[in-house]
Amino acid sequence: MKSDIHSLRERSLLKLVAAAALILLILILVPSLVGTYQMQLLIYGLVTAIAALGFNLLLGYTGLLSFGHSAYFGIGAYTVALVVQHLGPHSMEIYILIGIPTVAIVSALFGYICVRHTQIFFGILTLAISQVVYSLVLKLYWVTGGSDGLRVPRPSLLLGLLSFSGPRGFQQFVTSYYYYVLAIFVVCVIFMWVIVNSPFGKTLQAIRDNEIRARFLGIRIRRFRWISFLISGTFTGLAGILWVPLNGLTTPDVLYWTFSGEIVFTALLGGFRNFTGPIVGGMVFTYLRTYAVATTEYWQLLLGVVLVTLVLVLPTGIVGALAKVGQSLKGKS
Amino acid sequence: MILLETVNLRKQFGDTRACDGINFVVNEGEFLSLVGSNGAGKTTLVNLISAHLQPDSGQILLAGRDITFMPVADRIKAGIARSFQIVNLFDGLSVFDNVALSIFSREGKAVKMASLAEHDYEVRRETVEVLGEFGLSSKTEIPAGGLAQGERKLLDVAVAYALRPRLLFLDEPTSGVSTHEKAQIMDTVSSVVRGGHVTAVVIEHDMDVVFRYSDRIVMMHEGSFLADGTPDEIRANKDVASILLGAPLAT
Repeated sequence: MKSDIHSLRERSLLKLVAAAALILLILILVPSLVGTYQMQLLIYGLVTAIAALGFNLLLGYTGLLSFGHSAYFGIGAYTVALVVQHLGPHSMEIYILIGIPTVAIVSALFGYICVRHTQIFFGILTLAISQVVYSLVLKLYWVTGGSDGLRVPRPSLLLGLLSFSGPRGFQQFVTSYYYYVLAIFVVCVIFMWVIVNSPFGKTLQAIRDNEIRARFLGIRIRRFRWISFLISGTFTGLAGILWVPLNGLTTPDVLYWTFSGEIVFTALLGGFRNFTGPIVGGMVFTYLRTYAVATTEYWQLLLGVVLVTLVLVLPTGIVGALAKVGQSLKGKS
Repeated sequence: MILLETVNLRKQFGDTRACDGINFVVNEGEFLSLVGSNGAGKTTLVNLISAHLQPDSGQILLAGRDITFMPVADRIKAGIARSFQIVNLFDGLSVFDNVALSIFSREGKAVKMASLAEHDYEVRRETVEVLGEFGLSSKTEIPAGGLAQGERKLLDVAVAYALRPRLLFLDEPTSGVSTHEKAQIMDTVSSVVRGGHVTAVVIEHDMDVVFRYSDRIVMMHEGSFLADGTPDEIRANKDVASILLGAPLAT
């Protein structure tokens, strides 16, 4: 009996790894097939997926809906911009090495305040804090550039091994940066997958399902929520760090609450009850948004319609719906 | 040996004295039933001892140590665990994970995030063992939300038991199941609890169950203790009989 369960698990794990490897192979081969613009979109997709993956540790696994994750994305982006401006190095590794601890500290601080509450109160607190950050960045223009934002020039990659200048510099940068972000994305996915399947991750899910019972298992609820918030914010902040060199500029838009809304949207779109939901959501959302913006100036209306349809027809998101279809097919055969 | 003692424990909700100066003693190793009509204060007493509520006054001593204001997590570490009247499980998690979580928490492993939960073979072994004791071995991979009511009741006890407490409170472990299942659940629970040398305090309404499984019975009425004795003594007690039959007290 016990070994049956074991082999069943091993087999499903094997399947998972095989599927992931296949997708990774496609993602590795894509640049040789598409142009620079498509590659840029893919990078944005991967970055959004990292942000949503972080966000979903809170929503899907801890049961806390944050309306303020733009703060961490934005702080990641602005940290990079300020490093460029005041310290000067144009190295992606330095951006990451300075950016991650900064975002982690800010997440820890804000998280400490926010996890004292749950449900709508938590949501409102996260929203309020992110709006404070937004206002500060907007008003402190001598530091942040105000609504003009701050420019971030193309950095070198791999400790200056790869630098990009000249007429084809941008194309070369995009291609290399694609692989760079892809590598970080893979690390993030593995990292997050281990976390949600670790005793810590299971404990978060227990807290999500039943807070009172979790407390009576001797679990210190608030501490777990806080650590979850910290990891979540740091992931989303890393997404901001990776986003800004490609965008070349950061403006207060990435701190505004509508951007937090987009992160929530992304998770809902993919399905927040599945591990892969936010990843699929991040990719699909990036394309959806890009083409919606290109087709109509009422693109937000279009996204709104998608959101309403999603909530009414596919409450479990794309991945949840696919999983259901897969299961019913399996049941029939 | 006295395991738990409450001294003049009081808790009032508005005008209702749910616990009106309770002096409760639980001896190590006994299987004790707490009985009484609805609103007698049984659940309040358990809530006070398990730190779900704070008392207005009085003291709670566990093996002589004052735990009156000890926080929940520490009280569990000190050896007090409980189940709930309304089944309280992690419905989205598998039966296996429900029990495994207790063990992770007890072992201080719940904070580990760099390794997969299922790769902790010590915890796995113990989880399988506990589920086996409670007769849930064939259900390990089912989400707890998908179990039948009787199995949910058993799992609820198993989750508390897996904390390996010294003192286990079970709040109506057989409520909401058929008479036939009641006996099955109580057979399983009492044999596991006695086999594990765990002291148990059970809140129960079904007097057949109470008389059959308890070493000692304590009866509560309107926030006070009305009777305390072996099943035979309680059977012979006239006040108990009149309350059980709904008649007024002879006082």
